[in-house]
Amino acid sequence: MNELQQADAVPAKAPPTGRYWLMWLVLLALQLVNLGSSYLPLGAFNVVVNVGISIVKALLVMAVFMHLSSASPVMRLAAGVGFFFLAVLIGLSLGDYMTRP
Amino acid sequence: MTTIAAEGAPSYISAGYTLRSWLTTRDHKRIALLYGVSILFFFLVAAAAAAMIRLELLTPAGDLVDDDTYNKLFTVHGVVMVWFFLIPSIPSTFGNFLIPLMIGAKDVAFPRLNLASWYIYTLGGLFVVVTLIAGGVDTGWTFYTPYTTMFSNSHVILAVTGVFIVGFSSIFTGLNFIVTVHQMRAPGMTWFRLPLFVWAHYATSLVMVLATPVLAMTLALIAIERLLGVGIFDPALGGDPLLFQHLFWFYSHPAVYIMILPAMGVVSEVITCFSRKPVFGYQFMVYSLLAIAAVGFMVWGHHMFVSGQSMYAGMVFSLLSFLVAIPSAIKVFNWTATLYKGSVRFDAPMLYALGFIGLFMMGGITGIWLAALAADVHLTDTYFVVAHFHYIMVGGAVMAFFSALHFWWPKVTGRLYPDGWARAGAIVMFVGFNLTFFPQYIAGYLGMPRRYHVYPPEFQVLNVLSSGGAVVLGVGYLLPLLYLWWSLRRGRLAGANPWGATGLEWQTPSPPPTYNFASAPRVEGPPYAYQAGGTDGR
Amino acid sequence: MAAEGTSAMAASHFADAEQRETAATFGMWIFLATEVLFFGVLFAGYTVSRVQHAEAFILAGRHTDVLLGSINTAVLLTSSLTMALAVRAGSVGWRRSCAAWLVLTAVLGVAFLAIKGYEWHEDWLQGLVPGLRFAYSGPDAPGVELFFFLYFVMTGLHALHLTIGILVIAVMALLAARGRFSAAYHTPIVLTGLYWHFIDVVWIFLYPLFYLVSRS
Ligand SMILES: [Cu+2]
Repeated sequence: MNELQQADAVPAKAPPTGRYWLMWLVLLALQLVNLGSSYLPLGAFNVVVNVGISIVKALLVMAVFMHLSSASPVMRLAAGVGFFFLAVLIGLSLGDYMTRP
Repeated sequence: MTTIAAEGAPSYISAGYTLRSWLTTRDHKRIALLYGVSILFFFLVAAAAAAMIRLELLTPAGDLVDDDTYNKLFTVHGVVMVWFFLIPSIPSTFGNFLIPLMIGAKDVAFPRLNLASWYIYTLGGLFVVVTLIAGGVDTGWTFYTPYTTMFSNSHVILAVTGVFIVGFSSIFTGLNFIVTVHQMRAPGMTWFRLPLFVWAHYATSLVMVLATPVLAMTLALIAIERLLGVGIFDPALGGDPLLFQHLFWFYSHPAVYIMILPAMGVVSEVITCFSRKPVFGYQFMVYSLLAIAAVGFMVWGHHMFVSGQSMYAGMVFSLLSFLVAIPSAIKVFNWTATLYKGSVRFDAPMLYALGFIGLFMMGGITGIWLAALAADVHLTDTYFVVAHFHYIMVGGAVMAFFSALHFWWPKVTGRLYPDGWARAGAIVMFVGFNLTFFPQYIAGYLGMPRRYHVYPPEFQVLNVLSSGGAVVLGVGYLLPLLYLWWSLRRGRLAGANPWGATGLEWQTPSPPPTYNFASAPRVEGPPYAYQAGGTDGR
Repeated sequence: MAAEGTSAMAASHFADAEQRETAATFGMWIFLATEVLFFGVLFAGYTVSRVQHAEAFILAGRHTDVLLGSINTAVLLTSSLTMALAVRAGSVGWRRSCAAWLVLTAVLGVAFLAIKGYEWHEDWLQGLVPGLRFAYSGPDAPGVELFFFLYFVMTGLHALHLTIGILVIAVMALLAARGRFSAAYHTPIVLTGLYWHFIDVVWIFLYPLFYLVSRS
């Protein structure tokens, strides 16, 4: 058909649910790590760890629950482009605030 | 050229004549016409405000309107022109009408969403009309804080609600175009066989979809801050008014590309057709469209050089702004190279397109001046800036709109307009435009500030020239209205392809049938298969 | 956009059902990209405000309820699991299983809103609602107010999205139970799933920004 329609065919029987349950456990575990780490006195690294773990969690949700792991490249691009330009917005704005005298 | 559709199939216009058939249509061509009528209405509203402004500025004293009214006039002019005319102008009308035709599809991907976007536009427009009736808004189209949130006594919330709503019509249009271009292309219509008009709208849609939500949320924050007296923009409460400017220009700089990219698409179609040559450097044209859209997101700080932004950020934004000029320049070079050794004909659409190139170049080069840190300190908030962005938005986008109007009018209506009148109209518009706005460059360079209704007497000559030019420009806008209206009933029948143009939209009857093509077209070659000097069927 | 997929009538301009589903899914992803930037303004505002008021954000961060916030995160993550299972059941045409998982997802969503509502109520009693009832008078009061302004706007917008999600899921559950979907046609369920997971992703970021700021 075209570049969007790959690897997305309807399976004949139900795909196994194992990876969904596994992912749920992994996400809950990551949440506990996130919560626990925030009680460690890491200084500025607390926020780095917190946001870092959140990024991993978000990527896992998008890859598994939102099926990006088996989606076409164009679909993944569509999923990523919003985050890219949000990074541009935050990055260049911060560039102003961080370099003010 | 042969027509693919069977002769005698009912056209999209004769598919139904009741009001209901128009208001519930899902045909992209009818929705395009709904948009056309709406934007014409708002264009006239905003143009009336402009006429009042130019009338006031005939004399140095503030004798026609008081300062409050003047503030409201230029705000209405800006808000309505930007969001209710320029942003939707080419995409919602010609984009909507032509993209499915050009890619050989029956319709856009989501026809109901398409119709919904028009209703959303109309709802947003209603808010603006109510704002006007209630007494207007005086903040300028930029809605800068803290004036909007703390001090203005005009109808800010009504106005930002209207703009918030109309933003979603633009998001839905963009979304529809992106999915349409990805999903609905006819067999054989590969990405690099797409007409540049389609590519331009694809790039525009990316900007619409990614920038508009930022504006929407920023305006929502203004409304909340005004209602509750707390928020992130108010310095008295620990907020930061510059944050508003960052967020606002993150949308509003790319918004200029929402206006100019479709214009570039139009010009690429017209230049190739009337010089009978394939476009020079097709792939470069495509990549520069995409580059303009992407890099355009990283230059917004050039609006904030004197705002108190860090000077290091200023330097970065200045350099990035120079960078975005490169793909724009590539496009101008390639259009020029397309003309070279072509069999050039000066029909009305071509005159408008050539006018676009000259005026866009002028606007672009003065944009480089403004992107240069040191020069900008001198030129900020003067009429130089006003002249610069009018050269881009009116000289660029509106000229291209009229080029499109004249190029595809036979396709949309099935009728030809009187050629002599149309050429005269193009020339009147070009002359009137330059007479209106070139003096503003000089006035601004000499230091005349923008947004005041009184000015020192030494600027009067330039302002009288400008106001006189506005009259000529007004005639330039009225002329097409008259002869195009005339052509609807009296114009000669156009036939499928009056210009001998390539492109799928010319291979179906004028006006096209409801589902565009009798059978799905198959594309076998690259776009713009013109042969210079050869027989062209005209 | 979910509505586009539900009508078989609107399909006439597509070549086939698969093209229609792919178009709808792709359109949903584009819509989610705009949502990223819609929420993104608030995340940018948060970042800038936090850089400018680092101390105040630490003070303010102590006033959110980390226990309830953590429970709510777990609730929402679990709802993503049930939603994924609902989509899977829908994709093979198990209509009762699909409806059941959808109902469970909606119930978890309501539970989230209930806990969130209780938190907001507590904030109200403590006088931490900027603009309406703000009684904090400790050090760095403007910065603290800014924190809570962002807290209410961001969790409020999130809750609004969640409410819409719950309503859509309820409709989908009803339609699924009535046998409106099949292995061949279940696009609306897929789209609802994407939207629901996106709401989860937003919360995944809200959680550390408002509940984990100053625990160390
Ligand atoms: Cu700009």
